[in-house]
Amino acid sequence: MDIVISGLLLGGSYALIAMGLNLQYGVARIMNLANGELLVLGALAAFWVFTTTGMSPLVTLFAVAIVGFAGSWAVYRIFLAPLVRRSANQGQLEVDSILATFGMSFFLVGVMVSIHSEYFTYSFLASPVALLGTTVALNRLVAFCFAVLIGGGLYLWLNRTRAGLAVRAVAVSPEAAGLVGINVDRVSALAFAVGGMVTGVAGVLVSTFITLDASVGVIFTMKALIIVIMGGVGDIRGSIIAALILGMVESAVATLIDPGLTLASAYMIFLLILLFRPQGLFGRRAA
Amino acid sequence: MTQSNYLPLVLGVPVVGAAAVLPFLVDGYWLSVAVYILMYTALSTSWALFSGPTRYIALSTGAFFGVGGYLVGTGMSDYEQSYWTMLVIAPVVATILAALIGLVTLRLSGVYFVIFTLGLAEMIRNLVSWVQNNFLGSRGLYVLTDLTEMHIYWMLLAITAAVFLFGWLLGRSRLGFALRILGNDEQVAQHVGIDTAQAKVILFMTTGFFAALVGAVVAPRYYYIEPNVVFSPELSFLVVIMALLGGIHRLWGPLLGVIPFTLLWEIITVYLPNATTMALGIAFLLIVYFIPHGVVGLAEKFLKRGEA
Repeated sequence: MDIVISGLLLGGSYALIAMGLNLQYGVARIMNLANGELLVLGALAAFWVFTTTGMSPLVTLFAVAIVGFAGSWAVYRIFLAPLVRRSANQGQLEVDSILATFGMSFFLVGVMVSIHSEYFTYSFLASPVALLGTTVALNRLVAFCFAVLIGGGLYLWLNRTRAGLAVRAVAVSPEAAGLVGINVDRVSALAFAVGGMVTGVAGVLVSTFITLDASVGVIFTMKALIIVIMGGVGDIRGSIIAALILGMVESAVATLIDPGLTLASAYMIFLLILLFRPQGLFGRRAA
Repeated sequence: MTQSNYLPLVLGVPVVGAAAVLPFLVDGYWLSVAVYILMYTALSTSWALFSGPTRYIALSTGAFFGVGGYLVGTGMSDYEQSYWTMLVIAPVVATILAALIGLVTLRLSGVYFVIFTLGLAEMIRNLVSWVQNNFLGSRGLYVLTDLTEMHIYWMLLAITAAVFLFGWLLGRSRLGFALRILGNDEQVAQHVGIDTAQAKVILFMTTGFFAALVGAVVAPRYYYIEPNVVFSPELSFLVVIMALLGGIHRLWGPLLGVIPFTLLWEIITVYLPNATTMALGIAFLLIVYFIPHGVVGLAEKFLKRGEA
């Protein structure tokens, strides 16, 4: 039971990260390998604001959301849109975006190391709460509630609004979306920006219960990618379920075998997916 | 077969010969720089042989290099094997590992492969540390040999020459021809009956082989093998960036990237030790945006303009 609860709570945060990446890759077609660094940047902001002013990370969250949105929008417009225009096909764009976002991720790590080169340690809501017969830290529970709220909001936005419909249309086919009068450039930028915003916010939430440092981003990128592939590219619902599965598997491995093997367990899942369901849990097989 | 086809071979022999006498001319610092240049040349050239035609950004160099170094360490310390035995075993293990990874990931879209290799070094490092701590006892892994920097330099030179020879032979073989078609258009390649997955897996195996061999050869330089040091994700990225800087469409392209970048990297690590990550990021961005086809591509563009 301990494992299920802590896995669910961890999975909630993973779901947010993966949703962010899924919007960026599934809709804007940018394989953003700097995703994890953005998360760590959000965490660093929360840490820095908390240790200097004592302001609650739950307030910083809103500032990070706005900055994350605007920053990601600008990055897409300035750096990534030219690559989209330059590349002749999806394969070329993938290679270019992978290399460009590598550059960005290293740059961000470098910037963060120069700001704060040690662990982002702070204590926020670190009190135990009894939940369904097990004890969890309050910060994990709060982070999970926020993740549910944000994830739910995102889900409603995508499925109930006009803008969300346009985003989903681009996810299915950019060419067809353009034909029916959707401004693909704009929607891609929007999806990329929303993805960045969600990821930054996830970073703030994660920082309340996991101690991060500047170089840990790539691990989160890796896990987010595995979740996105497991759930199916462009499929938000799949990402959420896949994130919960990964959270539970990781917490099971960490409790039963060794906490050092969580990445290996993520790889295990990845291998199984590649071998048996490369289109993802809910994805349709490509024709 | 005209004579000019053998020109690279004829030119290559004296270059290797000249490089072989280098250790008698320089020592200390410059010899170690030369060792790095050879190491990165072997790694990036063999990387480009796979990633050039397939356009799959393999980030597994660090993992295979680590496997090479680590196996030498554990073989000598835990199983009391000789250095030379491990030097043979390590690349074989890495080749098998590469075959398994290739068989799982290379049948699918290239993105899966990139993602899989992205965390590979880190994942293997975690596994190795876990095994080390729980089953082998956390004793240190020492690699004590009589080899000096000079010997390592010659071994690396031999590997580098072998990589070039392999690349040259590959360019003349059926497999190389298949890869060129595959690189231009994978669907066409499939339609003319090329087993694209098989060709990719074979090439990926050679990359794994050479990376592990290089890792095993330079292991004596560390004396003490620590998983955190040999499984360095940074190495994978350095190899990629050097190859891209030089240009991956020509066999000798990566070499033109390795030499300036290694020297630049030496300067950066000496004068700006805290800014290496940032510098790597900036270098990546500059290359992607300004010289997407590398130094070779740039030179060829200028030559073409001169003719027109």
